Amino acid sequence: MSPELILFLVLSLVAIAAAIGMLISPNPVYSALFLVINFSTVAVFYLILGAPFIAMAQITIYAGAIMVLFLFVIMLLGAEKLAPGKVLPYQKPLAIGLAIVLMVESVYAVLARNPSDAEIIVPTEAANSIDAMRDLGIMLFSDYLLPFEVTSILLLVAMIGAIVLTKRAKGEQE
Amino acid sequence: MDWTLWLELVIKALVLIFALLGGFAYLTWYERRLLARFQSRLGPNRAGPFGLLQPIADAVKLIFKEELTPAKAYKLVFFLAPIMTLVPSVIIAAVIPWGPPFQLGDRIVTQSIADINVGVLFLMSIASIAVYGIVLAGWSSNNKYAMLGGLRSAAQMISYELTLGLAFVVAILLGNSMNLTDIVEAQRDGRWFVLVQPVGALILWIATLAEVNRHPFDMPEAEQELTAGYHTEYSGMKFALFFMAEYQKMIVVSAILATLFFGGYLGPWVDRWPLLGPVYMFLKIVILLFIMIWVRATWPRIRYDRLMAFGWKVLLPLALAVVMITAVGILLAEINPWMIWLIPIFSLIAGAFASLMIDRSLRRKAYA
Repeated sequence: MSPELILFLVLSLVAIAAAIGMLISPNPVYSALFLVINFSTVAVFYLILGAPFIAMAQITIYAGAIMVLFLFVIMLLGAEKLAPGKVLPYQKPLAIGLAIVLMVESVYAVLARNPSDAEIIVPTEAANSIDAMRDLGIMLFSDYLLPFEVTSILLLVAMIGAIVLTKRAKGEQE
Repeated sequence: MDWTLWLELVIKALVLIFALLGGFAYLTWYERRLLARFQSRLGPNRAGPFGLLQPIADAVKLIFKEELTPAKAYKLVFFLAPIMTLVPSVIIAAVIPWGPPFQLGDRIVTQSIADINVGVLFLMSIASIAVYGIVLAGWSSNNKYAMLGGLRSAAQMISYELTLGLAFVVAILLGNSMNLTDIVEAQRDGRWFVLVQPVGALILWIATLAEVNRHPFDMPEAEQELTAGYHTEYSGMKFALFFMAEYQKMIVVSAILATLFFGGYLGPWVDRWPLLGPVYMFLKIVILLFIMIWVRATWPRIRYDRLMAFGWKVLLPLALAVVMITAVGILLAEINPWMIWLIPIFSLIAGAFASLMIDRSLRRKAYA
């Protein structure tokens, strides 16, 4: 076994354990922390695959920004001290059904591919090399300009929505 | 990988960790002596010559102190939080180049632990997870003051992270690379980026002050309002770990600032004697730390709502403007190299405009 394979196996165990921990832990704060561990292991997977930019972006954005906000909201609302609320009656069967669909889908996706004819699409050398950032930037602003701009407009709309929702009417004091 | 590479990495890591630990110990001494000078006192001067043994005495005291854990604390997180605060402050130093590579026997030894091509992104990602320790310390103590301190730190660090990232972008643009060694090498011949982009350096400095919760942005532990903020319930060595993390972060952010804007390890004759690199870094870090302590000794703490308003309404737009000015200036410099000096002129104008806006806003009655 190569060191990379051992690393991969250990990390997958950690990632799966963290994902399960996130699902079953009774305290939302612990769930959030398990999710952070999961995101960090995924970032290490990206590093093993030779994509340092995506790995760092994964840590900065998911583990560093989004989960901190989640944690902030959980702590601010004191959600960890709430008694478990009412469960929607159809939630569990629906979740199980969807999970089975996803499982079948992914198994099919893996098995259906004939390894002899379908080449695995390996990212181009540019995506992994030292100058990845430059090429990534050029790609984003040329070939993928439209999706990039659409995403930024979506983010802008979400931001304006948040501001409108929290804005107080004029003259209203806190 | 052969074993000599492993050995080299381990030795470098150990040297860096011990340098940071020693730096932490003597930074407390440096700060206390300096604060005393600023306040016309003597400061610690009993243990050893000039009080130089004071850090050791403090360490012994802290080790022997009783460690208390609140009965209602979330034990595991309460135990882990100091470690989660300390670890990022150490590993963030791994990418900083401390000097040019030198020849030892028949191998080239680089003076950084990991000379990676996404160095600046690494700094950003570690800075963004550094907030967890403080937030979790506040939450797990199950204490209202600690909780408020943790929440304040989360809000503050997320807000100033954006500005921090934009200030990094300025250095990336000027250095034309994300590798920290390349950024330092781009500042050769005395063309430090602080001369090209003084406002960018100032923004980075302010943002790092907020990131490490130093005065005047030490809201998470504002004594008069929150007793001691997130570490109210911590005692003994656990408190010492928070203390250590704060001072190591001070050293590390000074090193980052020196690397990105003050020429890093560059200085006279550094190419002939590569081991002069760490010496220049040390001098630059000491000067930057002096300014940090100077600020602490002279400025009052900023009010919390103003802190957030300053971050979002002043610093972030200014940082965006500075990034744009830098980018345009670099494009213009391709036409005529002298156009590069348009960058400092226009950024100083933008900075002056921002200060004017702060002044006007503070003069308005409703905000005072």
